Amino acid sequence: MPAITYIEFDGTEYHVDVAVGNSVMEGALNNMIDGIVAECGGSCVCCTCHCMIDPEWSEVVGEANDEENELLEMLDVREPTSRLSCQVQVTDEMDGMVVRLPESQY
Amino acid sequence: MEVDDHVVIIGASHAAVQLMISLRQQGWLGAITTISDEPHMPYQRPPLSKSYLDGSVEADRLVLRAAETYDKLKVDFKLGCKVTSIDARNKQLNLDTGEKIGFTKLALCTGARVRQLDLPGSELEGVHYLRTMDDVKAIRQSAKKASRAVIIGGGYIGLETAASLTKLGIKVTVLETETRLLKRVASEQVSEFYKRLHEEEGVEIRLGSKVVALQGNSQVKSVVCDDDSHSGADMVIIGVGVIPNTELASEAGLVVENGIVVDQFAQTSHPDIVAAGDCTFHPNALLKKSLRLESVPNASEQAKAAAASLCGIKKAYSELPWFWSDQFDVKLQIAGISQGYTKAVVRGDASAGRSFSVFYIKDQYVIAADCINRPKDFMVAKKLILQQSKIDVAALVDESSEIKKLLINGEQ
Repeated sequence: MPAITYIEFDGTEYHVDVAVGNSVMEGALNNMIDGIVAECGGSCVCCTCHCMIDPEWSEVVGEANDEENELLEMLDVREPTSRLSCQVQVTDEMDGMVVRLPESQY
Repeated sequence: MEVDDHVVIIGASHAAVQLMISLRQQGWLGAITTISDEPHMPYQRPPLSKSYLDGSVEADRLVLRAAETYDKLKVDFKLGCKVTSIDARNKQLNLDTGEKIGFTKLALCTGARVRQLDLPGSELEGVHYLRTMDDVKAIRQSAKKASRAVIIGGGYIGLETAASLTKLGIKVTVLETETRLLKRVASEQVSEFYKRLHEEEGVEIRLGSKVVALQGNSQVKSVVCDDDSHSGADMVIIGVGVIPNTELASEAGLVVENGIVVDQFAQTSHPDIVAAGDCTFHPNALLKKSLRLESVPNASEQAKAAAASLCGIKKAYSELPWFWSDQFDVKLQIAGISQGYTKAVVRGDASAGRSFSVFYIKDQYVIAADCINRPKDFMVAKKLILQQSKIDVAALVDESSEIKKLLINGEQ
Protein backbone atom coordinates (compact mmCIF):
# COMPACT_ATOMS: atom_id res chain seq x y z
CA MET A 1 0.00 0.00 0.00
CA PRO A 2 1.25 3.50 -0.78
CA ALA A 3 2.58 5.33 2.27
CA ILE A 4 1.32 8.87 2.69
CA THR A 5 2.50 11.49 5.16
CA TYR A 6 -0.10 13.89 6.50
CA ILE A 7 1.22 16.97 8.30
CA GLU A 8 -1.22 18.83 10.52
CA PHE A 9 -1.05 22.61 10.82
CA ASP A 10 0.68 22.30 14.21
CA GLY A 11 3.40 20.13 12.66
CA THR A 12 2.15 16.74 13.88
CA GLU A 13 3.06 14.12 11.29
CA TYR A 14 1.21 10.94 10.49
CA HIS A 15 2.81 8.27 8.31
CA VAL A 16 0.09 5.92 7.16
CA ASP A 17 -0.57 3.33 4.49
CA VAL A 18 -3.57 4.05 2.30
CA ALA A 19 -5.09 1.44 0.01
CA VAL A 20 -4.99 2.12 -3.73
CA GLY A 21 -8.42 3.32 -4.83
CA ASN A 22 -9.19 4.94 -1.49
CA SER A 23 -9.20 8.70 -1.44
CA VAL A 24 -6.68 10.80 0.44
CA MET A 25 -9.65 11.80 2.61
CA GLU A 26 -10.44 8.18 3.50
CA GLY A 27 -6.80 7.63 4.41
CA ALA A 28 -7.07 10.46 6.92
CA LEU A 29 -10.40 9.35 8.35
CA ASN A 30 -9.32 5.74 8.76
CA ASN A 31 -6.32 6.91 10.74
CA MET A 32 -8.19 9.43 12.86
CA ILE A 33 -6.27 12.39 11.51
CA ASP A 34 -8.18 15.32 12.92
CA GLY A 35 -7.26 17.96 10.33
CA ILE A 36 -9.66 16.44 7.82
CA VAL A 37 -13.30 16.89 8.82
CA ALA A 38 -15.08 15.59 5.70
CA GLU A 39 -18.61 16.51 6.78
CA CYS A 40 -20.21 15.17 3.61
CA GLY A 41 -18.23 11.94 3.59
CA GLY A 42 -16.62 12.50 0.23
CA SER A 43 -19.31 13.87 -2.08
CA CYS A 44 -17.52 17.10 -3.01
CA VAL A 45 -20.17 19.29 -1.43
CA CYS A 46 -18.83 20.64 1.86
CA CYS A 47 -15.21 21.73 1.36
CA THR A 48 -14.07 20.43 4.79
CA CYS A 49 -11.40 18.01 3.55
CA HIS A 50 -9.06 20.61 2.11
CA CYS A 51 -5.39 19.65 1.87
CA MET A 52 -2.28 21.09 0.25
CA ILE A 53 -0.31 18.62 -1.83
CA ASP A 54 3.46 18.96 -1.46
CA PRO A 55 4.52 20.74 -4.68
CA GLU A 56 6.86 17.85 -5.56
CA TRP A 57 3.80 15.62 -5.85
CA SER A 58 1.37 17.99 -7.51
CA GLU A 59 2.05 16.65 -10.99
CA VAL A 60 1.31 13.07 -9.91
CA VAL A 61 -1.92 14.19 -8.25
CA GLY A 62 -3.13 16.48 -11.00
CA GLU A 63 -5.40 19.48 -10.90
CA ALA A 64 -8.74 20.08 -9.23
CA ASN A 65 -11.89 19.39 -11.24
CA ASP A 66 -14.38 22.20 -11.99
CA GLU A 67 -16.78 21.48 -9.17
CA GLU A 68 -13.93 21.22 -6.70
CA ASN A 69 -12.43 24.44 -8.01
CA GLU A 70 -15.57 26.42 -7.27
CA LEU A 71 -15.46 25.29 -3.65
CA LEU A 72 -11.71 25.82 -3.30
CA GLU A 73 -12.02 29.30 -4.75
CA MET A 74 -14.08 30.39 -1.77
CA LEU A 75 -11.57 29.30 0.86
CA ASP A 76 -9.86 32.03 2.85
CA VAL A 77 -6.53 30.30 2.39
CA ARG A 78 -5.98 28.59 -0.92
CA GLU A 79 -2.59 27.48 -2.21
CA PRO A 80 -1.62 26.58 -5.77
CA THR A 81 -1.60 22.87 -4.87
CA SER A 82 -4.81 22.93 -2.81
CA ARG A 83 -7.14 20.00 -3.38
CA LEU A 84 -10.19 18.51 -1.75
CA SER A 85 -8.81 15.24 -0.46
CA CYS A 86 -12.05 13.38 -1.23
CA GLN A 87 -11.38 13.99 -4.93
CA VAL A 88 -7.84 12.56 -4.91
CA GLN A 89 -7.79 8.80 -5.48
CA VAL A 90 -4.64 7.13 -4.21
CA THR A 91 -2.51 5.33 -6.79
CA ASP A 92 0.74 3.36 -6.56
CA GLU A 93 2.57 6.41 -7.92
CA MET A 94 1.66 8.34 -4.76
CA ASP A 95 3.82 6.15 -2.50
CA GLY A 96 5.82 8.56 -0.34
CA MET A 97 3.56 11.55 -0.97
CA VAL A 98 3.33 14.38 1.54
CA VAL A 99 0.16 16.41 2.12
CA ARG A 100 -0.29 19.28 4.53
CA LEU A 101 -3.52 20.16 6.30
CA PRO A 102 -4.83 23.68 6.90
CA GLU A 103 -5.28 25.38 10.26
CA SER A 104 -9.05 25.11 9.97
CA GLN A 105 -11.53 23.41 7.67
CA TYR A 106 -14.10 26.18 8.14
CA MET B 1 -12.34 8.64 34.09
CA GLU B 2 -11.16 5.16 35.06
CA VAL B 3 -9.91 2.19 33.06
CA ASP B 4 -12.81 0.19 34.46
CA ASP B 5 -15.36 2.66 33.14
CA HIS B 6 -17.52 1.49 30.28
CA VAL B 7 -19.28 3.61 27.66
CA VAL B 8 -22.06 1.86 25.82
CA ILE B 9 -23.34 3.42 22.59
CA ILE B 10 -26.76 2.44 21.29
CA GLY B 11 -26.62 2.75 17.51
CA ALA B 12 -23.77 2.30 15.03
CA SER B 13 -24.23 4.96 12.38
CA HIS B 14 -22.70 8.39 11.73
CA ALA B 15 -23.13 9.81 15.24
CA ALA B 16 -21.96 6.62 16.95
CA VAL B 17 -18.78 6.34 14.88
CA GLN B 18 -17.76 9.95 15.44
CA LEU B 19 -18.55 9.56 19.13
CA MET B 20 -16.23 6.55 19.58
CA ILE B 21 -13.42 8.27 17.68
CA SER B 22 -13.81 11.48 19.69
CA LEU B 23 -13.90 9.51 22.96
CA ARG B 24 -10.45 8.05 22.25
CA GLN B 25 -9.13 11.41 21.03
CA GLN B 26 -10.29 13.01 24.28
CA GLY B 27 -8.49 10.31 26.25
CA TRP B 28 -11.24 7.89 27.24
CA LEU B 29 -9.37 4.87 28.63
CA GLY B 30 -12.22 2.52 29.46
CA ALA B 31 -14.10 0.05 27.35
CA ILE B 32 -16.43 1.13 24.54
CA THR B 33 -19.24 -1.10 23.32
CA THR B 34 -21.62 -0.23 20.53
CA ILE B 35 -24.91 -2.05 19.98
CA SER B 36 -26.85 -1.98 16.73
CA ASP B 37 -29.93 -3.82 15.55
CA GLU B 38 -28.49 -3.80 12.02
CA PRO B 39 -26.14 -6.65 11.08
CA HIS B 40 -23.62 -4.42 9.26
CA MET B 41 -20.54 -2.54 10.34
CA PRO B 42 -21.14 1.25 10.16
CA TYR B 43 -21.85 2.53 6.68
CA GLN B 44 -22.62 5.87 5.03
CA ARG B 45 -26.32 6.56 4.72
CA PRO B 46 -26.45 9.52 2.28
CA PRO B 47 -25.39 7.44 -0.78
CA LEU B 48 -28.12 4.85 -0.14
CA SER B 49 -30.75 6.68 -2.19
CA LYS B 50 -28.17 8.00 -4.65
CA SER B 51 -25.02 6.23 -5.87
CA TYR B 52 -25.67 2.95 -4.04
CA LEU B 53 -29.20 2.67 -5.39
CA ASP B 54 -28.21 3.44 -8.98
CA GLY B 55 -25.36 0.95 -8.75
CA SER B 56 -22.49 3.37 -9.37
CA VAL B 57 -21.12 2.51 -5.91
CA GLU B 58 -21.12 -0.89 -4.23
CA ALA B 59 -21.50 -1.77 -0.53
CA ASP B 60 -17.76 -2.13 0.12
CA ARG B 61 -17.32 1.57 -0.71
CA LEU B 62 -19.93 2.63 1.82
CA VAL B 63 -17.99 1.68 4.95
CA LEU B 64 -17.62 4.63 7.28
CA ARG B 65 -14.19 3.53 8.49
CA ALA B 66 -11.91 0.62 7.59
CA ALA B 67 -12.21 -2.41 9.89
CA GLU B 68 -8.68 -1.81 11.24
CA THR B 69 -9.76 1.60 12.49
CA TYR B 70 -12.19 0.00 14.93
CA ASP B 71 -9.44 -2.38 16.10
CA LYS B 72 -7.25 0.62 16.84
CA LEU B 73 -10.13 2.27 18.70
CA LYS B 74 -10.69 -0.91 20.72
CA VAL B 75 -14.43 -0.83 20.26
CA ASP B 76 -16.55 -3.90 20.85
CA PHE B 77 -19.41 -4.23 18.34
CA LYS B 78 -22.60 -6.08 19.19
CA LEU B 79 -24.44 -6.18 15.88
CA GLY B 80 -27.85 -7.55 15.03
CA CYS B 81 -29.27 -7.22 18.52
CA LYS B 82 -31.70 -4.82 20.03
CA VAL B 83 -31.74 -2.99 23.33
CA THR B 84 -35.18 -3.62 24.81
CA SER B 85 -34.89 -1.32 27.83
CA ILE B 86 -32.58 0.96 29.75
CA ASP B 87 -32.47 0.51 33.51
CA ALA B 88 -31.13 3.97 34.26
CA ARG B 89 -31.09 3.50 38.04
CA ASN B 90 -28.98 0.33 37.96
CA LYS B 91 -27.12 1.50 34.84
CA GLN B 92 -27.86 -1.59 32.89
CA LEU B 93 -29.24 -2.40 29.44
CA ASN B 94 -31.50 -5.32 28.62
CA LEU B 95 -31.04 -6.88 25.19
CA ASP B 96 -33.43 -8.96 23.12
CA THR B 97 -30.92 -11.82 23.43
CA GLY B 98 -31.62 -11.93 27.16
CA GLU B 99 -28.19 -10.48 27.84
CA LYS B 100 -27.71 -7.62 30.32
CA ILE B 101 -24.94 -5.07 29.80
CA GLY B 102 -23.82 -2.68 32.51
CA PHE B 103 -22.56 0.81 31.70
CA THR B 104 -20.84 3.68 33.44
CA LYS B 105 -21.94 6.12 30.76
CA LEU B 106 -24.46 5.71 27.98
CA ALA B 107 -24.73 7.38 24.57
CA LEU B 108 -27.98 7.28 22.63
CA CYS B 109 -27.35 7.41 18.88
CA THR B 110 -30.61 5.71 18.04
CA GLY B 111 -31.39 7.75 14.93
CA ALA B 112 -34.74 7.66 13.24
CA ARG B 113 -36.91 5.13 11.48
CA VAL B 114 -39.21 5.53 8.48
CA ARG B 115 -42.75 6.66 9.02
CA GLN B 116 -44.96 3.84 7.84
CA LEU B 117 -48.21 4.31 5.94
CA ASP B 118 -51.15 2.26 7.02
CA LEU B 119 -52.29 1.31 3.52
CA PRO B 120 -54.20 -1.74 2.33
CA GLY B 121 -51.76 -3.83 0.33
CA SER B 122 -48.58 -2.46 1.88
CA GLU B 123 -47.48 -6.04 2.68
CA LEU B 124 -47.33 -6.89 -1.05
CA GLU B 125 -44.06 -7.94 -2.62
CA GLY B 126 -42.24 -5.07 -4.31
CA VAL B 127 -43.31 -2.47 -1.71
CA HIS B 128 -40.35 -0.86 0.03
CA TYR B 129 -39.26 1.80 2.46
CA LEU B 130 -35.79 3.31 2.25
CA ARG B 131 -33.62 3.83 5.34
CA THR B 132 -31.07 1.04 5.65
CA MET B 133 -28.57 -0.72 3.41
CA ASP B 134 -30.74 -3.84 3.50
CA ASP B 135 -33.73 -1.78 2.36
CA VAL B 136 -31.74 -0.64 -0.67
CA LYS B 137 -30.44 -4.14 -1.40
CA ALA B 138 -34.08 -5.23 -1.59
CA ILE B 139 -35.00 -2.24 -3.78
CA ARG B 140 -32.13 -3.08 -6.13
CA GLN B 141 -33.41 -6.65 -6.37
CA SER B 142 -36.91 -5.43 -7.24
CA ALA B 143 -35.49 -2.94 -9.74
CA LYS B 144 -33.83 -5.73 -11.75
CA LYS B 145 -37.19 -7.02 -12.90
CA ALA B 146 -39.20 -3.77 -12.83
CA SER B 147 -40.11 -1.50 -15.70
CA ARG B 148 -42.43 0.85 -13.78
CA ALA B 149 -42.02 2.26 -10.28
CA VAL B 150 -44.25 4.46 -8.17
CA ILE B 151 -42.73 6.61 -5.45
CA ILE B 152 -45.07 7.75 -2.71
CA GLY B 153 -43.81 11.05 -1.32
CA GLY B 154 -42.18 14.00 -3.12
CA GLY B 155 -39.59 14.87 -0.51
CA TYR B 156 -35.82 14.57 -0.88
CA ILE B 157 -35.70 10.81 -0.39
CA GLY B 158 -38.56 10.25 -2.83
CA LEU B 159 -37.00 12.50 -5.47
CA GLU B 160 -33.50 11.06 -5.10
CA THR B 161 -34.99 7.59 -5.43
CA ALA B 162 -36.93 8.69 -8.51
CA ALA B 163 -33.70 9.97 -10.10
CA SER B 164 -31.75 6.80 -9.26
CA LEU B 165 -34.43 4.46 -10.60
CA THR B 166 -34.76 6.56 -13.76
CA LYS B 167 -31.01 6.12 -14.32
CA LEU B 168 -31.63 2.37 -14.14
CA GLY B 169 -34.07 2.67 -17.04
CA ILE B 170 -37.25 2.40 -14.99
CA LYS B 171 -40.28 4.58 -15.77
CA VAL B 172 -41.03 6.43 -12.53
CA THR B 173 -44.15 8.18 -11.23
CA VAL B 174 -43.97 10.31 -8.08
CA LEU B 175 -47.19 10.79 -6.11
CA GLU B 176 -47.28 13.71 -3.70
CA THR B 177 -50.26 14.68 -1.53
CA GLU B 178 -49.30 18.35 -1.32
CA THR B 179 -49.80 20.92 -4.08
CA ARG B 180 -46.04 21.09 -4.72
CA LEU B 181 -42.91 19.00 -4.20
CA LEU B 182 -40.72 19.62 -1.13
CA LYS B 183 -43.43 21.86 0.30
CA ARG B 184 -42.33 21.44 3.90
CA VAL B 185 -38.73 22.47 3.24
CA ALA B 186 -38.36 24.58 0.12
CA SER B 187 -39.65 27.72 -1.57
CA GLU B 188 -41.99 27.64 -4.53
CA GLN B 189 -39.14 28.40 -6.93
CA VAL B 190 -37.21 25.35 -5.77
CA SER B 191 -40.32 23.15 -5.82
CA GLU B 192 -41.10 24.29 -9.37
CA PHE B 193 -37.53 23.64 -10.45
CA TYR B 194 -37.53 20.07 -9.18
CA LYS B 195 -40.82 19.39 -10.89
CA ARG B 196 -39.40 20.67 -14.18
CA LEU B 197 -36.12 18.77 -13.71
CA HIS B 198 -37.85 15.47 -13.09
CA GLU B 199 -40.28 15.96 -15.95
CA GLU B 200 -37.43 16.83 -18.31
CA GLU B 201 -35.79 13.55 -17.27
CA GLY B 202 -38.97 11.58 -17.99
CA VAL B 203 -40.40 11.24 -14.47
CA GLU B 204 -44.15 11.72 -14.10
CA ILE B 205 -45.00 14.00 -11.17
CA ARG B 206 -48.55 13.94 -9.85
CA LEU B 207 -49.36 16.50 -7.18
CA GLY B 208 -52.38 16.51 -4.87
CA SER B 209 -52.46 12.71 -5.14
CA LYS B 210 -53.32 10.92 -1.95
CA VAL B 211 -52.70 7.18 -2.09
CA VAL B 212 -55.46 5.04 -0.60
CA ALA B 213 -54.42 1.49 -1.51
CA LEU B 214 -51.83 -0.73 -3.14
CA GLN B 215 -53.16 -3.55 -5.27
CA GLY B 216 -51.87 -6.85 -6.60
CA ASN B 217 -52.04 -10.56 -5.83
CA SER B 218 -48.78 -11.37 -4.10
CA GLN B 219 -46.80 -8.83 -6.11
CA VAL B 220 -47.76 -5.14 -6.20
CA LYS B 221 -49.37 -4.20 -9.53
CA SER B 222 -50.91 -0.78 -9.06
CA VAL B 223 -51.31 2.18 -6.75
CA VAL B 224 -54.77 3.64 -6.18
CA CYS B 225 -55.32 7.29 -5.30
CA ASP B 226 -58.34 8.97 -3.70
CA ASP B 227 -59.51 10.25 -7.10
CA ASP B 228 -59.80 6.56 -8.04
CA SER B 229 -56.90 6.77 -10.49
CA HIS B 230 -54.67 3.71 -10.85
CA SER B 231 -50.93 3.91 -11.51
CA GLY B 232 -49.35 0.71 -12.73
CA ALA B 233 -46.26 -0.35 -10.80
CA ASP B 234 -43.87 -3.30 -10.55
CA MET B 235 -42.40 -1.72 -7.43
CA VAL B 236 -43.39 0.97 -4.93
CA ILE B 237 -41.13 2.98 -2.66
CA ILE B 238 -42.69 4.86 0.22
CA GLY B 239 -40.74 7.93 1.37
CA VAL B 240 -42.92 9.95 3.71
CA GLY B 241 -40.47 11.01 6.39
CA VAL B 242 -38.95 9.59 9.53
CA ILE B 243 -39.76 9.34 13.23
CA PRO B 244 -36.99 9.75 15.84
CA ASN B 245 -36.26 6.64 17.90
CA THR B 246 -36.99 8.02 21.36
CA GLU B 247 -38.93 5.19 23.02
CA LEU B 248 -35.98 3.73 24.96
CA ALA B 249 -35.20 7.17 26.31
CA SER B 250 -38.74 8.05 27.33
CA GLU B 251 -39.31 4.65 28.95
CA ALA B 252 -36.13 5.24 30.95
CA GLY B 253 -37.59 8.49 32.23
CA LEU B 254 -35.56 10.90 30.08
CA VAL B 255 -37.16 14.11 28.87
CA VAL B 256 -38.37 13.70 25.29
CA GLU B 257 -40.10 16.16 22.99
CA ASN B 258 -39.73 15.97 19.20
CA GLY B 259 -36.56 13.97 19.91
CA ILE B 260 -34.52 13.21 23.00
CA VAL B 261 -34.01 16.54 24.73
CA VAL B 262 -30.33 17.46 25.13
CA ASP B 263 -28.47 20.67 25.95
CA GLN B 264 -25.69 22.26 23.88
CA PHE B 265 -23.27 19.72 25.36
CA ALA B 266 -25.43 16.79 24.11
CA GLN B 267 -26.31 15.98 27.70
CA THR B 268 -29.76 14.44 28.29
CA SER B 269 -31.80 14.97 31.46
CA HIS B 270 -29.85 12.05 33.03
CA PRO B 271 -26.32 12.96 34.17
CA ASP B 272 -24.70 9.79 32.78
CA ILE B 273 -26.52 9.70 29.46
CA VAL B 274 -25.75 11.74 26.34
CA ALA B 275 -27.43 11.63 22.94
CA ALA B 276 -26.43 12.68 19.41
CA GLY B 277 -27.76 12.71 15.87
CA ASP B 278 -31.19 12.48 14.25
CA CYS B 279 -32.80 11.34 17.54
CA THR B 280 -32.06 14.56 19.46
CA PHE B 281 -34.04 17.72 20.06
CA HIS B 282 -31.29 20.23 20.72
CA PRO B 283 -30.74 23.96 21.16
CA ASN B 284 -28.89 25.89 18.46
CA ALA B 285 -27.46 29.23 19.58
CA LEU B 286 -27.10 30.51 16.00
CA LEU B 287 -30.75 29.84 15.23
CA LYS B 288 -31.85 30.84 18.74
CA LYS B 289 -34.17 27.88 19.05
CA SER B 290 -34.30 24.12 19.65
CA LEU B 291 -34.82 21.75 16.77
CA ARG B 292 -34.34 18.22 15.50
CA LEU B 293 -32.27 17.67 12.36
CA GLU B 294 -31.95 14.80 9.92
CA SER B 295 -28.39 15.43 8.87
CA VAL B 296 -25.01 13.74 8.82
CA PRO B 297 -22.99 16.91 9.61
CA ASN B 298 -25.25 17.47 12.61
CA ALA B 299 -24.78 13.89 13.79
CA SER B 300 -20.99 14.12 13.54
CA GLU B 301 -20.57 17.53 15.15
CA GLN B 302 -23.01 16.82 17.96
CA ALA B 303 -21.26 13.50 18.63
CA LYS B 304 -18.03 15.41 19.26
CA ALA B 305 -19.77 17.43 21.97
CA ALA B 306 -21.32 14.26 23.41
CA ALA B 307 -17.92 12.53 23.61
CA ALA B 308 -16.42 15.56 25.32
CA SER B 309 -19.25 15.56 27.88
CA LEU B 310 -18.59 11.90 28.68
CA CYS B 311 -14.94 12.81 29.29
CA GLY B 312 -15.95 15.68 31.59
CA ILE B 313 -15.09 18.40 29.04
CA LYS B 314 -17.58 21.12 28.11
CA LYS B 315 -17.59 21.57 24.32
CA ALA B 316 -20.72 23.37 23.17
CA TYR B 317 -22.22 22.31 19.88
CA SER B 318 -23.60 25.09 17.70
CA GLU B 319 -23.20 24.78 13.96
CA LEU B 320 -25.10 26.20 11.04
CA PRO B 321 -27.20 23.31 9.69
CA TRP B 322 -26.58 22.38 6.08
CA PHE B 323 -27.79 19.64 3.75
CA TRP B 324 -27.30 18.37 0.25
CA SER B 325 -29.15 16.34 -2.36
CA ASP B 326 -28.01 14.77 -5.64
CA GLN B 327 -30.59 14.20 -8.37
CA PHE B 328 -29.62 13.56 -12.01
CA ASP B 329 -26.85 16.07 -12.82
CA VAL B 330 -28.07 18.52 -10.19
CA LYS B 331 -26.33 19.06 -6.91
CA LEU B 332 -28.36 20.97 -4.37
CA GLN B 333 -26.59 22.46 -1.37
CA ILE B 334 -28.70 23.98 1.38
CA ALA B 335 -27.31 26.37 3.97
CA GLY B 336 -29.32 27.20 7.09
CA ILE B 337 -33.01 26.64 7.86
CA SER B 338 -35.41 28.68 5.73
CA GLN B 339 -38.39 28.35 8.09
CA GLY B 340 -39.86 31.76 8.94
CA TYR B 341 -38.44 33.60 5.92
CA THR B 342 -40.30 36.67 4.72
CA LYS B 343 -38.87 36.89 1.21
CA ALA B 344 -37.20 34.49 -1.21
CA VAL B 345 -34.99 36.03 -3.91
CA VAL B 346 -33.36 34.29 -6.85
CA ARG B 347 -29.84 34.72 -8.17
CA GLY B 348 -29.73 33.31 -11.68
CA ASP B 349 -32.59 31.92 -13.75
CA ALA B 350 -34.87 29.47 -11.95
CA SER B 351 -37.19 28.97 -14.91
CA ALA B 352 -34.65 27.60 -17.40
CA GLY B 353 -31.43 25.67 -17.17
CA ARG B 354 -30.07 24.00 -14.06
CA SER B 355 -28.09 26.59 -12.15
CA PHE B 356 -29.44 29.20 -9.73
CA SER B 357 -29.72 29.97 -6.02
CA VAL B 358 -32.63 30.99 -3.83
CA PHE B 359 -31.76 33.13 -0.84
CA TYR B 360 -34.22 33.21 2.05
CA ILE B 361 -34.43 36.56 3.76
CA LYS B 362 -35.96 37.55 7.06
CA ASP B 363 -35.96 41.21 8.13
CA GLN B 364 -33.14 42.06 5.70
CA TYR B 365 -30.91 39.19 6.88
CA VAL B 366 -30.08 36.08 4.87
CA ILE B 367 -31.18 33.08 6.97
CA ALA B 368 -30.85 30.28 4.41
CA ALA B 369 -30.08 29.45 0.79
CA ASP B 370 -30.82 26.65 -1.66
CA CYS B 371 -28.01 26.51 -4.20
CA ILE B 372 -28.58 24.49 -7.35
CA ASN B 373 -25.34 23.54 -9.08
CA ARG B 374 -23.78 26.63 -7.46
CA PRO B 375 -21.10 25.57 -4.98
CA LYS B 376 -19.68 29.09 -4.88
CA ASP B 377 -23.03 30.63 -3.89
CA PHE B 378 -23.33 27.98 -1.20
CA MET B 379 -19.94 28.80 0.30
CA VAL B 380 -20.81 32.50 0.33
CA ALA B 381 -24.31 31.84 1.69
CA LYS B 382 -22.92 30.07 4.74
CA LYS B 383 -20.74 33.08 5.47
CA LEU B 384 -23.55 35.57 4.78
CA ILE B 385 -25.82 33.81 7.25
CA LEU B 386 -23.13 33.72 9.91
CA GLN B 387 -21.97 37.32 9.44
CA GLN B 388 -25.50 38.54 10.32
CA SER B 389 -25.34 41.89 8.58
CA LYS B 390 -28.13 43.50 6.58
CA ILE B 391 -28.12 42.31 2.98
CA ASP B 392 -28.18 44.43 -0.16
CA VAL B 393 -30.80 42.40 -2.04
CA ALA B 394 -30.23 44.23 -5.33
CA ALA B 395 -26.56 43.21 -5.29
CA LEU B 396 -27.41 39.70 -4.14
CA VAL B 397 -29.55 39.02 -7.22
CA ASP B 398 -27.30 40.91 -9.64
CA GLU B 399 -25.42 38.23 -11.55
CA SER B 400 -23.02 40.78 -13.01
CA SER B 401 -21.72 41.51 -9.52
CA GLU B 402 -19.36 39.02 -7.81
CA ILE B 403 -21.27 37.42 -4.95
CA LYS B 404 -18.12 37.35 -2.86
CA LYS B 405 -18.26 41.15 -2.63
CA LEU B 406 -21.23 40.86 -0.29
CA LEU B 407 -19.02 39.42 2.40
CA ILE B 408 -17.79 41.89 4.97
CA ASN B 409 -14.17 41.11 4.08
CA GLY B 410 -15.05 40.14 0.52
CA GLU B 411 -12.61 42.47 -1.19
CA GLN B 412 -9.61 40.69 0.27
